[in-house]
Amino acid sequence: MNPVLETRGITKNFGAVEASRGISLDLRPGEIHALIGPNGAGKSTLIQQIAGKLRPDAGSVHLLGEDVTALGVAERARAGLGRTFQVSALAMEDTVLQNAVLGALGARGGRVPLFRGALHDADLRATAEAALDRVDLLDSADMQTAALSHGQRRQLEVAVALTLKPRAFVMDEPMAGLGAEGSARLTRFLDGLRDEAPILMVEHDMDAVFALADRISVLVYGQLIATGTRDEIRANPDVRAAYLGEDA
Amino acid sequence: MSLILLIEQVLNGLQFGVTLFLMAAGLTLVFGVMGLINLAHGSLFMVGAFAAAAVAGATGSFVLALGAALAAAAAAGALVEVLVIRRLYARDHLDQVLATFALILIFSEGTRWVFGSFPLYLNIPAALSGPISLPGGIEYSTYRLFLIGVGIAVAIGLGLLITRSRLGIQIRAGESDREMIAALGIDISRLYTIVFALGAALAGLAGALVGAIQSVQVGMGEPVLILAFVVIVIGGIGSIKGALVGAVLVGLTDTLGKLLLPGMFALFMPASSAATVGSALASMAIYILMAAVLIWRPTGLFGVRA
Amino acid sequence: MIPERWLNAALTLGLLAVPLWALWADEPFTITLATKVAILALAGVGLNIALGIGGLVSLGHAAFFGVGGYAMGILAHHAQTFQPMIWGLEGTKSMPIIWLTALVSSGLAALAIGALTLRTSGVYFIMITLAFGQMFYYFAISWPAYGGEDGLSIYVRNGFPGLNTLDPIQFFAIAFTALMLALFLHARLKASPFGLALNAARQSPDRVETVGLSPFRLRLLAFVISGAITGLAGALFADLNRFVSPTMFSWQLSGELIVFLLIGGVARLYGPVVGAAVFIFLEHHLGDISEFWQIGLGVLLLLIVLFARGGLIGLVAGEKR
Repeated sequence: MNPVLETRGITKNFGAVEASRGISLDLRPGEIHALIGPNGAGKSTLIQQIAGKLRPDAGSVHLLGEDVTALGVAERARAGLGRTFQVSALAMEDTVLQNAVLGALGARGGRVPLFRGALHDADLRATAEAALDRVDLLDSADMQTAALSHGQRRQLEVAVALTLKPRAFVMDEPMAGLGAEGSARLTRFLDGLRDEAPILMVEHDMDAVFALADRISVLVYGQLIATGTRDEIRANPDVRAAYLGEDA
Repeated sequence: MSLILLIEQVLNGLQFGVTLFLMAAGLTLVFGVMGLINLAHGSLFMVGAFAAAAVAGATGSFVLALGAALAAAAAAGALVEVLVIRRLYARDHLDQVLATFALILIFSEGTRWVFGSFPLYLNIPAALSGPISLPGGIEYSTYRLFLIGVGIAVAIGLGLLITRSRLGIQIRAGESDREMIAALGIDISRLYTIVFALGAALAGLAGALVGAIQSVQVGMGEPVLILAFVVIVIGGIGSIKGALVGAVLVGLTDTLGKLLLPGMFALFMPASSAATVGSALASMAIYILMAAVLIWRPTGLFGVRA
Repeated sequence: MIPERWLNAALTLGLLAVPLWALWADEPFTITLATKVAILALAGVGLNIALGIGGLVSLGHAAFFGVGGYAMGILAHHAQTFQPMIWGLEGTKSMPIIWLTALVSSGLAALAIGALTLRTSGVYFIMITLAFGQMFYYFAISWPAYGGEDGLSIYVRNGFPGLNTLDPIQFFAIAFTALMLALFLHARLKASPFGLALNAARQSPDRVETVGLSPFRLRLLAFVISGAITGLAGALFADLNRFVSPTMFSWQLSGELIVFLLIGGVARLYGPVVGAAVFIFLEHHLGDISEFWQIGLGVLLLLIVLFARGGLIGLVAGEKR
C-alpha cells in the first residue's frame, strides 16, 4: 500500500548541530506510527519539517504521493495534514466552539467571508459541534478556552484537527501532562481514530506508545536508528543500547 | 560637482550617523536585555540637550555642560525606570508603547513648563569652533569632526564594555537567558536600572552634542528617535554592531541622497522638476533603504530574533 | 456593572444629544467639537480593526489619515483653482467622490505598507509602521506642489447632494452617520469568519496556519480595511478644518489614535468613541486651565496603562467576556 505521508532523506542543520540526518520514514493507511527518542533527539525538528514550519536543507516530504516540500504550513493543512501541538496552541480568549469553528472554516478551503456571522453559519457550526461531540466537549462549547482543564484543552486540540477531516494526523505528544485517567481515555479515542486517518505521533508516554502503535521509529541524535513493530523494537539491540545504555 | 563637496558631505553623513548611533545603541540595548520598546528615549535626548544648554548658559563651560547632560539624562532614565518602566517589562508591547508615549507627553510639557516655548542655544566651544584643514585642501568644521571622534570613541568603549567587562557579561547573559542571570544570583532589577540609565546617558550625550549645531527645543528628540528606529530595523534588534552599521548607512544615505538625487534626476528631466522630485525622493531615501533591507532580511543585517 | 450593549446605546445617544442641545442653545462651536469627536472616533474605529481584533500595534496610522486628508485637499484644490490634475482629470468638490478617492488611496497605501510591515511582528512592526508614517510626513513637507510645509487651504467646504454642508449640524450628521456605519462594519467583521480567524491569529498564529489559513493574508486585509476607514476620517477631518497640512501625518497623531483606544478600552467596539470624546473634552477644559494640560493627560494615560487596562469602558462594563 502506498504511504499516506512520507519523508525521504530529510536533513536539517542548525549551525554545527545536525538536527535531522537523512531521515526517511513513512505513515501507512490505517496505522499509528509512534516516533520516540530521548530528549534532544530532534523529534520536534522533524515534526516541524513534516508540518511545513521548517524547510529541510535536503530531502523531501510527500503527502498522498505529492511532493509538498515547498509548501508552507497552511498549504499542507489544506492538502490534508491535521496537526496537534505539544503545548496547546488555541485561541484562549475565545470559546471552545469558536476554536472548533475556526477549524471548520479551514476545512472549507480557506475562504473567510467578511459579513455573515461565523456562529450563525449552520454548516460551520454543524462541523464544529460534531467534532466537539466526538471528544466529549459539546457540553463545554460556550466555555472560554482558558477556563478548560489541561486535559480538556488536549481534547479540543484533537477536535480542531478533526474538523479538518485530514488524510493524516501528526500529533506532537498528545498525552503530555495528562493524568492516568485522561491518557487512558485519549488512548481509547486515538485507537478508534486510526481507521479514519493514520496518525504519526511523537510520544514520551511509553504505555500509550506500546498500547497504540502499530510501528515505532526510534530517533537518536537526529538519526533514525530503527523502525519496526513493538516486538521488533523491544528486541532491537541498538534501541536497547541507546535507551538502556543512557540510563545505566 | 567637486570631489571636495562630496568628501565634505560624506563626513556630514558620518557625523549624522554617529549621532544616530548614540541614540540607537541605548534603544537596542534596552530592547535586547529587557525586551522593552521605549518611545521616551527621544525625551532623554531632549533632557540631555536642555541640561547642557542650561549649564553652559550658567557656567560657560562646554565640558561641564556635557557632564550635566550625561548626569541629567542618566538620572532621568534611572528615575523613570524605577517609577514606571520596570512595571512594563512583563507587559505586552502595546502597553509599553502607550506608557512611554505618556512619558513623552509628561517630559515634553514638563520641559516647556520649566524652560518655556522658546528654543535655547548651546554654543560650540571656542576651541572647537571654526574650520580645520584636512589633507587634500578640505576645510571642515572642527566641531563636526569632534562629533565623529566622540561617536567612534563611544562605539569602541561600548564594544569593550559589552565584550570585556563584568557588566557586559551580565548584559549578554540577560540577552540570551533572563532566568539564567537570576539563577546566577545577579540582582536583575539593579542590572536593568543600570542598563536603562546607560542608554539614557548615551541619548543625553547625543542631545547635548547635537544641541550645539541646532536649536535646543521641545520635540527635538522624536524625529531622531524615529530615525534611530530605522537604524535598529536595518541593523537588527539587540545588536550594537548592527546599530553602528545601520546608523552609518542611514547617515550616509540621507546626506548623499540629498546631495546626489536632484542631480541624478536632472539627467533626464528639466532642472526645476528634477530638483523637486529629487529632493522629495531624498526625504524618503532612508525609508526606502529600510524597506529594501526588510525585503532582503526581515530581521535586519545583524539581527537574529524575529 | 452595566452591560456593554446598554452602555454603547447610551454613548450613541449622548453623542447625538450634545450637538442637538448645542443647536437648541445656539452654540455652534460645541457642534463643531462633537463633529471633531465623531471624526476622530471614526479614525480610531479604523485603527481598532487592525489593533483591537488583529493585535497589530500600528504606530503609523497617521499615514492613512493624512492620505485621506490630502485626497480631499488635492481634489478640492484643483477644483477651486480650475486647474486639471494629471491626464486632464478635473478636481471635484463633491464629497462622495472625494470619500471614494480617500478610501481607495489610503487603502492602497495600507496595502503597500502592510505588505512590507506584516512580514515582521512585535516590536519590529511598531517601529516600521512608525517609520513609514514619518516617511509620508517628510514627503508631504518636501513636495511643494500642494503647499509643502504650509499645507493647502480649501475656501469652501465640499458639497453633498441634498445637504447644506456649511450648516454645522448637517455636517455633524454626515460625520455621525459615517461613524455609525464604521461601527456597524466593525461589529459585523468581528463576528464574521474573517474576524474569528483574525482574532485567533492574534492569539495563536500557529493554530490559524494549522487549519490552513494564512495569518499574513488575514492581517493584510484587516490592515487595508483599517487604513481605508482611517483615510475616510482624514478626508472628513480635512473638510471640517477646510485645511490639510503635513501635521495630519505626524507621529503624534498616530500615538493619539492609539491613546483613544486605550482610554476607551482596547478592542472594545465603542473604545475609540469614548477615547476621542474624553480626549477632546480634556483638550478643551484642561486646556483652558493650563496650557500644559498634556502633563495631566500623560499622567492619566500612565494610570490607565498601569492600573486600569480595560480602559473606561472596562471600569463601567467590567472585564471582557
